[in-house]
Amino acid sequence: MAAPMGRPRIAMPSSAKPGEVIEIRTLIAHPMENGHRRDASGAPIPRDIIRLFTASFEGTEVFRAEAHTAISANPYFAFPFRAERSGSFTFAWTNDAGTTVTATARLRVG
Amino acid sequence: MPRSPTAPGRPARRDVLAGAAGVAIVLVARPAAGALAPRTEAAIAKVLAGRTAVEGGIALTLPAVAENGAIVPLTVSVESPMTPEDHVTAVHVFADRNPDPEVVVFRFTPALGRAEATTRIRLSEGQTVIAVAERSTGAVHLARREVAVTVGGCGG
Repeated sequence: MAAPMGRPRIAMPSSAKPGEVIEIRTLIAHPMENGHRRDASGAPIPRDIIRLFTASFEGTEVFRAEAHTAISANPYFAFPFRAERSGSFTFAWTNDAGTTVTATARLRVG
Repeated sequence: MPRSPTAPGRPARRDVLAGAAGVAIVLVARPAAGALAPRTEAAIAKVLAGRTAVEGGIALTLPAVAENGAIVPLTVSVESPMTPEDHVTAVHVFADRNPDPEVVVFRFTPALGRAEATTRIRLSEGQTVIAVAERSTGAVHLARREVAVTVGGCGG
Protein backbone atom coordinates (compact mmCIF):
# COMPACT_ATOMS: atom_id res chain seq x y z
CA MET A 1 0.00 0.00 0.00
CA ALA A 2 1.74 3.12 -1.21
CA ALA A 3 1.69 6.18 1.02
CA PRO A 4 -0.34 9.11 -0.28
CA MET A 5 1.69 11.80 -1.98
CA GLY A 6 0.90 15.15 -0.42
CA ARG A 7 0.26 18.45 -2.15
CA PRO A 8 3.47 19.65 -3.80
CA ARG A 9 4.83 23.06 -2.91
CA ILE A 10 6.79 25.24 -5.33
CA ALA A 11 8.70 28.39 -4.40
CA MET A 12 10.00 30.49 -7.28
CA PRO A 13 9.67 34.05 -8.57
CA SER A 14 6.70 34.68 -10.91
CA SER A 15 8.75 37.02 -13.10
CA ALA A 16 12.38 37.53 -14.08
CA LYS A 17 14.59 39.61 -16.37
CA PRO A 18 15.86 37.98 -19.58
CA GLY A 19 19.05 36.04 -18.82
CA GLU A 20 18.50 36.08 -15.08
CA VAL A 21 19.17 32.78 -13.27
CA ILE A 22 16.35 32.11 -10.82
CA GLU A 23 16.14 29.44 -8.12
CA ILE A 24 13.25 26.96 -8.05
CA ARG A 25 12.57 25.16 -4.78
CA THR A 26 10.21 22.18 -4.56
CA LEU A 27 8.85 20.04 -1.74
CA ILE A 28 6.31 17.21 -1.52
CA ALA A 29 4.95 15.49 1.60
CA HIS A 30 5.98 11.81 1.54
CA PRO A 31 7.42 9.41 4.18
CA MET A 32 10.14 8.00 1.82
CA GLU A 33 9.96 4.58 3.53
CA ASN A 34 13.41 3.12 3.01
CA GLY A 35 12.45 -0.54 3.61
CA HIS A 36 14.83 -0.89 6.58
CA ARG A 37 12.30 -0.02 9.29
CA ARG A 38 9.91 -2.27 11.26
CA ASP A 39 6.45 -1.46 12.59
CA ALA A 40 5.32 -1.81 16.25
CA SER A 41 4.71 -5.59 15.81
CA GLY A 42 8.19 -6.09 14.34
CA ALA A 43 7.03 -6.64 10.76
CA PRO A 44 9.20 -4.97 8.12
CA ILE A 45 7.67 -1.85 6.56
CA PRO A 46 7.97 -2.22 2.77
CA ARG A 47 9.98 0.28 0.77
CA ASP A 48 7.89 3.10 -0.70
CA ILE A 49 9.78 6.12 -2.02
CA ILE A 50 9.47 8.86 -4.60
CA ARG A 51 12.08 7.66 -7.06
CA LEU A 52 11.83 10.36 -9.72
CA PHE A 53 11.36 14.12 -9.80
CA THR A 54 11.30 15.97 -13.11
CA ALA A 55 10.99 19.65 -14.05
CA SER A 56 9.93 20.58 -17.58
CA PHE A 57 9.67 24.01 -19.20
CA GLU A 58 7.25 24.35 -22.12
CA GLY A 59 7.18 20.56 -22.48
CA THR A 60 10.97 20.05 -22.47
CA GLU A 61 12.64 18.41 -19.49
CA VAL A 62 15.26 20.72 -17.93
CA PHE A 63 16.13 18.95 -14.65
CA ARG A 64 15.57 15.62 -12.97
CA ALA A 65 16.49 13.90 -9.73
CA GLU A 66 16.61 10.09 -9.57
CA ALA A 67 16.18 9.39 -5.87
CA HIS A 68 17.27 6.39 -3.83
CA THR A 69 16.21 5.56 -0.26
CA ALA A 70 18.75 8.03 1.18
CA ILE A 71 16.66 11.05 0.19
CA SER A 72 14.98 12.42 3.35
CA ALA A 73 11.25 12.24 4.03
CA ASN A 74 9.29 15.05 2.34
CA PRO A 75 11.79 15.24 -0.54
CA TYR A 76 13.17 18.71 -1.25
CA PHE A 77 14.85 19.59 -4.52
CA ALA A 78 16.12 23.03 -5.49
CA PHE A 79 17.82 23.96 -8.75
CA PRO A 80 18.55 27.03 -10.91
CA PHE A 81 16.91 28.02 -14.20
CA ARG A 82 17.98 30.67 -16.70
CA ALA A 83 14.96 32.81 -17.65
CA GLU A 84 15.01 33.47 -21.42
CA ARG A 85 11.29 33.61 -22.30
CA SER A 86 7.90 33.42 -20.60
CA GLY A 87 6.37 29.98 -20.22
CA SER A 88 5.03 27.24 -18.00
CA PHE A 89 6.79 24.69 -15.82
CA THR A 90 5.45 21.23 -15.05
CA PHE A 91 6.90 19.46 -12.04
CA ALA A 92 6.27 15.72 -11.58
CA TRP A 93 6.91 13.30 -8.69
CA THR A 94 6.66 9.53 -9.31
CA ASN A 95 6.62 6.89 -6.56
CA ASP A 96 7.68 3.20 -6.59
CA ALA A 97 4.13 2.19 -7.57
CA GLY A 98 4.38 4.35 -10.70
CA THR A 99 1.87 6.96 -9.53
CA THR A 100 2.69 10.53 -10.60
CA VAL A 101 1.63 13.80 -9.00
CA THR A 102 2.19 17.04 -10.93
CA ALA A 103 2.23 20.77 -10.25
CA THR A 104 2.54 23.71 -12.63
CA ALA A 105 3.91 27.24 -12.36
CA ARG A 106 4.19 30.17 -14.76
CA LEU A 107 7.22 32.37 -15.29
CA ARG A 108 6.93 35.79 -16.94
CA VAL A 109 10.12 37.10 -18.53
CA GLY A 110 10.55 40.71 -19.65
CA MET B 1 57.61 25.33 9.41
CA PRO B 2 59.82 28.46 9.76
CA ARG B 3 63.01 28.15 11.75
CA SER B 4 63.54 30.26 14.83
CA PRO B 5 65.47 33.40 13.77
CA THR B 6 67.55 33.18 16.95
CA ALA B 7 69.09 29.78 16.01
CA PRO B 8 70.31 29.99 12.40
CA GLY B 9 71.47 26.73 10.83
CA ARG B 10 70.37 24.56 13.72
CA PRO B 11 66.94 22.94 13.84
CA ALA B 12 65.15 23.93 17.03
CA ARG B 13 64.06 21.05 19.21
CA ARG B 14 60.39 22.02 18.92
CA ASP B 15 60.64 22.02 15.11
CA VAL B 16 61.94 18.45 15.09
CA LEU B 17 59.13 17.36 17.41
CA ALA B 18 56.51 19.16 15.32
CA GLY B 19 57.84 17.48 12.19
CA ALA B 20 57.58 14.03 13.79
CA ALA B 21 54.01 14.76 14.92
CA GLY B 22 53.12 15.84 11.39
CA VAL B 23 54.28 12.51 9.95
CA ALA B 24 52.25 10.60 12.53
CA ILE B 25 49.08 12.55 11.65
CA VAL B 26 49.49 11.85 7.95
CA LEU B 27 49.96 8.11 8.57
CA VAL B 28 46.85 7.92 10.74
CA ALA B 29 44.64 10.08 8.52
CA ARG B 30 45.41 8.49 5.14
CA PRO B 31 43.43 5.20 5.44
CA ALA B 32 40.32 7.01 6.74
CA ALA B 33 40.30 9.56 3.90
CA GLY B 34 41.26 7.17 1.11
CA ALA B 35 39.56 3.80 1.42
CA LEU B 36 35.94 3.44 0.34
CA ALA B 37 33.83 0.31 0.75
CA PRO B 38 34.15 -2.07 -2.25
CA ARG B 39 30.46 -1.63 -3.18
CA THR B 40 30.89 2.17 -3.20
CA GLU B 41 33.97 1.79 -5.42
CA ALA B 42 31.91 -0.50 -7.69
CA ALA B 43 29.02 2.01 -7.90
CA ILE B 44 31.47 4.82 -8.78
CA ALA B 45 33.26 2.61 -11.32
CA LYS B 46 29.92 1.98 -13.05
CA VAL B 47 29.47 5.76 -13.53
CA LEU B 48 33.08 6.26 -14.64
CA ALA B 49 32.78 3.47 -17.25
CA GLY B 50 36.55 3.34 -17.73
CA ARG B 51 37.12 7.12 -17.52
CA THR B 52 39.42 8.69 -14.93
CA ALA B 53 37.84 11.21 -12.58
CA VAL B 54 39.63 14.48 -11.86
CA GLU B 55 39.49 15.59 -8.22
CA GLY B 56 38.08 19.11 -7.94
CA GLY B 57 35.86 21.41 -9.96
CA ILE B 58 32.92 20.48 -7.70
CA ALA B 59 31.74 22.30 -4.60
CA LEU B 60 30.10 19.63 -2.42
CA THR B 61 28.54 21.41 0.54
CA LEU B 62 27.45 19.45 3.62
CA PRO B 63 27.68 20.23 7.33
CA ALA B 64 30.91 18.92 8.92
CA VAL B 65 28.77 17.67 11.81
CA ALA B 66 25.15 16.64 11.15
CA GLU B 67 23.08 16.60 14.35
CA ASN B 68 20.26 14.61 12.73
CA GLY B 69 21.28 12.01 10.14
CA ALA B 70 17.68 11.85 8.86
CA ILE B 71 17.89 15.36 7.36
CA VAL B 72 21.31 16.45 6.15
CA PRO B 73 21.31 19.38 3.71
CA LEU B 74 23.44 18.80 0.61
CA THR B 75 24.29 21.22 -2.20
CA VAL B 76 26.41 20.30 -5.17
CA SER B 77 27.69 22.93 -7.58
CA VAL B 78 29.95 22.30 -10.58
CA GLU B 79 32.01 24.90 -12.45
CA SER B 80 30.62 24.93 -16.00
CA PRO B 81 29.66 27.42 -18.75
CA MET B 82 26.45 25.30 -19.23
CA THR B 83 26.47 25.82 -23.01
CA PRO B 84 25.16 23.15 -25.44
CA GLU B 85 28.82 22.34 -26.26
CA ASP B 86 30.11 22.19 -22.68
CA HIS B 87 27.73 21.51 -19.82
CA VAL B 88 27.32 19.22 -16.85
CA THR B 89 24.99 16.36 -17.77
CA ALA B 90 24.78 14.57 -14.41
CA VAL B 91 25.95 14.53 -10.81
CA HIS B 92 25.86 11.22 -8.91
CA VAL B 93 25.93 11.34 -5.11
CA PHE B 94 27.12 8.40 -2.97
CA ALA B 95 27.23 7.82 0.80
CA ASP B 96 29.94 5.27 1.56
CA ARG B 97 28.49 3.62 4.69
CA ASN B 98 24.73 3.86 4.07
CA PRO B 99 22.79 0.59 3.57
CA ASP B 100 22.64 1.58 -0.13
CA PRO B 101 25.58 3.78 -1.19
CA GLU B 102 23.61 5.40 -4.04
CA VAL B 103 21.86 8.56 -2.84
CA VAL B 104 20.64 10.52 -5.86
CA VAL B 105 21.43 11.30 -9.50
CA PHE B 106 20.80 14.84 -10.73
CA ARG B 107 20.44 15.30 -14.50
CA PHE B 108 21.15 18.80 -15.82
CA THR B 109 20.57 20.65 -19.09
CA PRO B 110 22.05 23.93 -20.44
CA ALA B 111 18.63 25.57 -19.79
CA LEU B 112 19.51 25.75 -16.09
CA GLY B 113 22.30 28.29 -16.62
CA ARG B 114 24.23 26.86 -13.66
CA ALA B 115 25.06 23.28 -12.65
CA GLU B 116 23.73 23.25 -9.12
CA ALA B 117 21.23 21.27 -7.03
CA THR B 118 20.19 21.13 -3.39
CA THR B 119 18.41 18.36 -1.48
CA ARG B 120 18.28 16.75 1.98
CA ILE B 121 19.76 13.31 2.52
CA ARG B 122 19.91 10.51 5.12
CA LEU B 123 23.22 9.39 6.60
CA SER B 124 23.17 6.24 8.76
CA GLU B 125 26.46 7.19 10.50
CA GLY B 126 29.48 9.44 10.09
CA GLN B 127 31.02 8.75 6.70
CA THR B 128 32.35 10.00 3.37
CA VAL B 129 29.93 11.54 0.86
CA ILE B 130 31.11 11.49 -2.75
CA ALA B 131 29.89 13.46 -5.78
CA VAL B 132 30.80 12.46 -9.34
CA ALA B 133 30.02 14.98 -12.09
CA GLU B 134 29.83 14.05 -15.78
CA ARG B 135 30.35 16.71 -18.45
CA SER B 136 29.19 16.70 -22.06
CA THR B 137 32.86 16.86 -23.07
CA GLY B 138 33.42 13.41 -21.52
CA ALA B 139 35.36 14.76 -18.54
CA VAL B 140 34.44 13.44 -15.09
CA HIS B 141 35.04 15.22 -11.78
CA LEU B 142 34.95 13.82 -8.26
CA ALA B 143 34.66 15.43 -4.83
CA ARG B 144 34.40 13.91 -1.37
CA ARG B 145 33.39 15.29 1.99
CA GLU B 146 33.65 13.76 5.49
CA VAL B 147 30.51 14.17 7.60
CA ALA B 148 30.19 13.32 11.30
CA VAL B 149 26.68 12.26 12.32
CA THR B 150 25.35 12.62 15.89
CA VAL B 151 22.14 10.56 15.44
CA GLY B 152 21.91 8.17 12.47
CA GLY B 153 19.10 8.60 9.98
CA CYS B 154 18.24 5.24 8.39
CA GLY B 155 16.88 2.86 11.05
CA GLY B 156 13.60 2.74 12.91
